[in-house]
Amino acid sequence: MAHDTAPRWDRKMQQRLERGEAAALGELYDRFASLVHGLAHRVLDDDEAAGRATRDVFAYIWENPHSFDPREGPMRSWIAALTQRTATSRLRRLQRSDGPCSPEEAERIEEQVRAAATAARADYIVTSMPSPLRAALELAYFQRRDYRQAADTLGVTEDEARRRLRLGLQLLSSAMTRPAMAPPGPRGRP
Amino acid sequence: MSGPSDPESQGPPRAPRGTHESAAPGLSGEPEVGEKPEGAEGTEVAEVAEGAEGAEERGMASEAYRVPRQADASDLSPLCGPPEVPRQADASDVSRRAEALGASRRPDPQPGSPRHGPPRAAEPLDHTVLKSLLGAWALAACSAEETAAVEAHLTDCAPCADEALRLRDAVGLLHSDDSLDLDPELRAQVLEGCLESRPARIPLPTWAAPFDAETARLDALLRDMAAEEWRAPVRLRWFDGRRETDRETTVAGILGHLLAVDGLVAAGLGLPDPLPAGALRVEHDAGPQTRTELYWALDRAAPHTPAARRPWREQSHAMIRDVSFLTAADAEGPEAGIGTTDTARTADAAHTADAADTAHTADTGDTGAGSRLVSYGGFSLPLPDAFLDRAFECWMHAQDIAEAVDYPYGPPVAAHLTPLVDLAARQLPGALAARRRAGLAPPPRGLAPAGAPGRTLHLEVEGEGGGDWYLPLDSPGARAGPEETVAHVALDSLEFCQLAAGHVPPLEAAAGQDGDRDAIRDVLFAAASLSRM
Repeated sequence: MAHDTAPRWDRKMQQRLERGEAAALGELYDRFASLVHGLAHRVLDDDEAAGRATRDVFAYIWENPHSFDPREGPMRSWIAALTQRTATSRLRRLQRSDGPCSPEEAERIEEQVRAAATAARADYIVTSMPSPLRAALELAYFQRRDYRQAADTLGVTEDEARRRLRLGLQLLSSAMTRPAMAPPGPRGRP
Repeated sequence: MSGPSDPESQGPPRAPRGTHESAAPGLSGEPEVGEKPEGAEGTEVAEVAEGAEGAEERGMASEAYRVPRQADASDLSPLCGPPEVPRQADASDVSRRAEALGASRRPDPQPGSPRHGPPRAAEPLDHTVLKSLLGAWALAACSAEETAAVEAHLTDCAPCADEALRLRDAVGLLHSDDSLDLDPELRAQVLEGCLESRPARIPLPTWAAPFDAETARLDALLRDMAAEEWRAPVRLRWFDGRRETDRETTVAGILGHLLAVDGLVAAGLGLPDPLPAGALRVEHDAGPQTRTELYWALDRAAPHTPAARRPWREQSHAMIRDVSFLTAADAEGPEAGIGTTDTARTADAAHTADAADTAHTADTGDTGAGSRLVSYGGFSLPLPDAFLDRAFECWMHAQDIAEAVDYPYGPPVAAHLTPLVDLAARQLPGALAARRRAGLAPPPRGLAPAGAPGRTLHLEVEGEGGGDWYLPLDSPGARAGPEETVAHVALDSLEFCQLAAGHVPPLEAAAGQDGDRDAIRDVLFAAASLSRM
């Protein structure tokens, strides 16, 4: 599931990127490439286009590490928002280069963009939700434990395990209805 | 989550303890709750509240969670009150919702498909309990009886049906983008693109690039693995000089092995040794195998869990970072560019001038860092070669792991394979000489003085990362060249790497050979002897 991005890690990474450390760039990629590529893929629905968007996003971060503001939220959300914008504008460019499209096609594309925005919000929610909730979801969803086994693993009552699963999903469901989760990133480029 | 005007959202999502305990027994054969000391739940809540930084903006749900006790009353609000049928739920509304619930977009498993436990006649559960089960139900994480009871309830309770829909859709958002299999080539492309547009002020030495890429590749594999897979048995295989040897461990054991041996290089860079000083005092200048045994014997190495990943990853990241600073400092230092190359190259001997058409990444040892030696116990390698060696080992062990857990795992990218093949080829004359000293190979036919022409074996490695090497047969210092060739061996680059890792019996390795059969045999055995635990 999502990583814990401690604010300290974020700030240190930013400093290292500003300093021009290639090793930091590698670490940044290792940490966020699957997030970036995954979100870009959701928007663009194409491996090659998602790969290009991934290159654009990392190039932007590498060239503009100062544009990350730790006070506005974790680096992970900043990168998710950046990816969102990069991939969306790439999608619209692709769309324009294909010439005028039917209203159905345009609606399908908008739907794709909305779904991807929801996914980015969901990622943010999962990353920042209280860790006991995340751990319960992790056990039930990724490790396919039932709630009794999850309770056992977490050392809590079954009652509590059910509660955490339900509350975790409630938090997550807010991604579907509420925008404005992802903090603002750099404007303009890319 | 709906807004604060919705009474449902103000209810903390849990069943009051009393209700639950009277309703739940009999649902499963497992011992029921309640064994937990009274104080325990308070601790849980505190723990949650602590982790809830930033929860303010997330609205009612987290608010309710943070102060669960004040909100008790809303659970008993008329809307959600126990068995009564919710008022506003007219029949068509409910059936529409039920339909929507049936038309699931969720990934497998379907909500409500029970994971275990035979269905039994369910005792009626009350609304509060059923409501508390909605999350587990949406995740298909409750028993068959509970599933059936929840689903029956959804057909006549509109608020629960609404919530069930919402939660089930939320499950669809859970699937992680992090599990995506990324093409390793993409990493190289992305980093290259970045560094072209803004060159690094502190670049990675070229000879550290394969280690950087291979550790990243293994790390990606590890992140994709389920917790149980960390216990998967893995066979370490190598050639001990005479025969193939193996040793059984787990995925986590392999990580410990990599950590302990990488630690030789880390310690050479001034990083903390992953082995405690106490253990090392007994075994002075311990080599890879001893270090691995020492590490495995430590208490903290014992858990065979994903926790084994972190120390290994942190160390490899630190190695890459520190070696970059080291070489960057050298490049700026006063002695930059002064010919330390020879020290680096002769330290392990064996590189021949005739291998000119292959890329000699490791030969960029023209800095202070390049001339450093890393002790491996019985022998040493120049720092650049040590990084290549660790990249090679990382690849091979990643392959062992991938095989054990049945994941696909390809070779390194061509640009990185080249220096790895080159390292193994360069080490062959030295390995052959060591076998002779140990009495494992017959003595040389004649003694060629250093620098004088001597009998030569032409090693032709085909495929990506391949090339031609002319290896002196009688003494590592002799000059080897095409005109002195007495034997020719051809094999594929990946096969050659497997041979050098001790994964292929020496006599089965060569695809094509002609000339002096004894010479060929000696060199193939020397290649297998490059392997170690």
